[in-house]
Amino acid sequence: MPSETLPAWRAALRATPTLLRVGVAETVAYRVEFVIWMMTTTLPLIMLGLWTSVAAEAPFAQFGQREFVAYYIAVLIVRNLTGSWVVWQINEEIRRGLLSFRLLRPVHPFVTYAASHLASVPMRSVIAIPFAVILLISSAREILVTDPVMLLVLAASLLGAWLITFFILLMIGAVGLFVDKSVAVFEVYMGFFAVLSGYLVPPALMPGWVASIAKWTPFPSMLGFPVQLAIGSYHRRLDALGDLAIQWGWVVLVIVAALAVWRAGIRRYEAFGS
Amino acid sequence: MIQVEDLVKTFRVHRRPPGMRAALRSVFRRKYEIVRAVDGVSFRIERGERVGFLGPNGAGKTTTLKVLSGLLHPTAGKVSVAGFEPRRREAAFLKRITLVMGQKNQLLWDLPASETYALNRALFDVPRAEFDETMAELDQLLDLTNLSTKPTRQLSLGERMKCELAAALLHRPTTLFLDEPTIGLDVSMQVAIREFIRSYNQRYEATVLLTSHYMQDVTALCPRVIVIDKGHLIYDGDLRALVRKMAPNKLVSFTLAGPITPDQLERLGDVVSADGVRVVLRVPQSRLREVVSHSLASLPVVDLSVEDPPVEDIMRQLFRPDDGTTARDPESAAGPA
Repeated sequence: MPSETLPAWRAALRATPTLLRVGVAETVAYRVEFVIWMMTTTLPLIMLGLWTSVAAEAPFAQFGQREFVAYYIAVLIVRNLTGSWVVWQINEEIRRGLLSFRLLRPVHPFVTYAASHLASVPMRSVIAIPFAVILLISSAREILVTDPVMLLVLAASLLGAWLITFFILLMIGAVGLFVDKSVAVFEVYMGFFAVLSGYLVPPALMPGWVASIAKWTPFPSMLGFPVQLAIGSYHRRLDALGDLAIQWGWVVLVIVAALAVWRAGIRRYEAFGS
Repeated sequence: MIQVEDLVKTFRVHRRPPGMRAALRSVFRRKYEIVRAVDGVSFRIERGERVGFLGPNGAGKTTTLKVLSGLLHPTAGKVSVAGFEPRRREAAFLKRITLVMGQKNQLLWDLPASETYALNRALFDVPRAEFDETMAELDQLLDLTNLSTKPTRQLSLGERMKCELAAALLHRPTTLFLDEPTIGLDVSMQVAIREFIRSYNQRYEATVLLTSHYMQDVTALCPRVIVIDKGHLIYDGDLRALVRKMAPNKLVSFTLAGPITPDQLERLGDVVSADGVRVVLRVPQSRLREVVSHSLASLPVVDLSVEDPPVEDIMRQLFRPDDGTTARDPESAAGPA
């Protein structure tokens, strides 16, 4: 018999190293598909091309070519590190009836999903690191953040961005327990994300009304905030810490919302089957 | 122990006729129908029993197994498995049960099965020494040598099912829900899986509830069967008793030294087949002794055997759809096969 049942959090903690190791093995097994998927997140390079030609003659607002290079390469890196395919994974598992196996394991599915997606971060770095090198050797390096405290805030903001993105996507995946395919919901989400997060346009260049809508959503915390930290847009530590607090507020809110949608979805799954 | 009292499970099913108009109409207005997949089923299974769960497609077998494993909530009724209420899916409950679905697999597709074992070891919190011991036993019972290191996608169907069973059992569950575990496997692999299930049941005193469309699985493994049809329980008891009730005739097969006349055969019983010197007769139980003695005394018999009719025939008779007697009570459906 297995050892006595541990509290849920301790069981999850004990299982995590193995979950991460197997997650890395899975990512490596799908290496070709993985690299192709990662290449689909290179839209920032196109935006970089567009905006640098706009700024070729003269700076646009306070953004010159150097600022655009720094901004969009940082966007590409953050997006590479925080993106996730959990929506497709959950939809596929629901459609093929494989979610049952996940539900029959004594560790919460959030833990198993999170571990397998976290495990892909080292492989994602393979894509992100060359762009980081380009950033560091380009003229844009002059504006990058160097203050140790701000670097710590940046690290915390990257984790926060990963958590918000992952749990929003997990929530959209869980919508698949109510509708036939929640990938359609993802497409709508992606539209809002592209406009409000700073993926297409830096927050500083957004029209006033768009920026005022964006600040009431989690989108800037998912991308624009860590990117602006990285490229030195924050001059005062207090401002950065204030936005970090807002970001982690979103982390808590999104996790609670994802849990609520998941629970409601699973109740429906238990009532109606797959 | 498994206890089920008046289990009811209903589903709301979307129905629409074929065609574009119906498809467009269903966008705005959907018609739903309540389907009673399981309707007032009760049974009790003691620890260590091996029970066959039989019924035609759509009878409610898989739904019942999913309720017992906690994946579906009962609409009404009480269910208890190993002292737990399955719908709560407590960790201690999940560590005592397993559900194997022959048509779905939990193995990580692009990784060797050993990675799924490692994952399950961590998730079920199986101590390393116990894991090694269990894997050695499973290896011995299932002959997993060389299978666990190949990516799952490169395994044959039978090899995959062996690894699937190992992944499902490495936490040593004491209640096994097996839904078509031998589906699609060749005969020798079916025999191997059956032998394994029997050995596991005996070694761990595990309770086994098995559904299968292969009657050999049921006859070889399950002294007791529970039969359901359209969500209703129609038989619960000894398999042999069911066969006797449903088919009071025996099949007597002869191999003869030379041909005999049709008259000689017809006097003995109904001729099922007569192919030169090989003959099969259907004989009522009450006349069996007389027919066998007479045949041995008066016919050039080289070989003789007496068998029950195939269980498939019994099941076909039990689930006959068009005569209005889809046997709620097998007594009432009993008659000449």
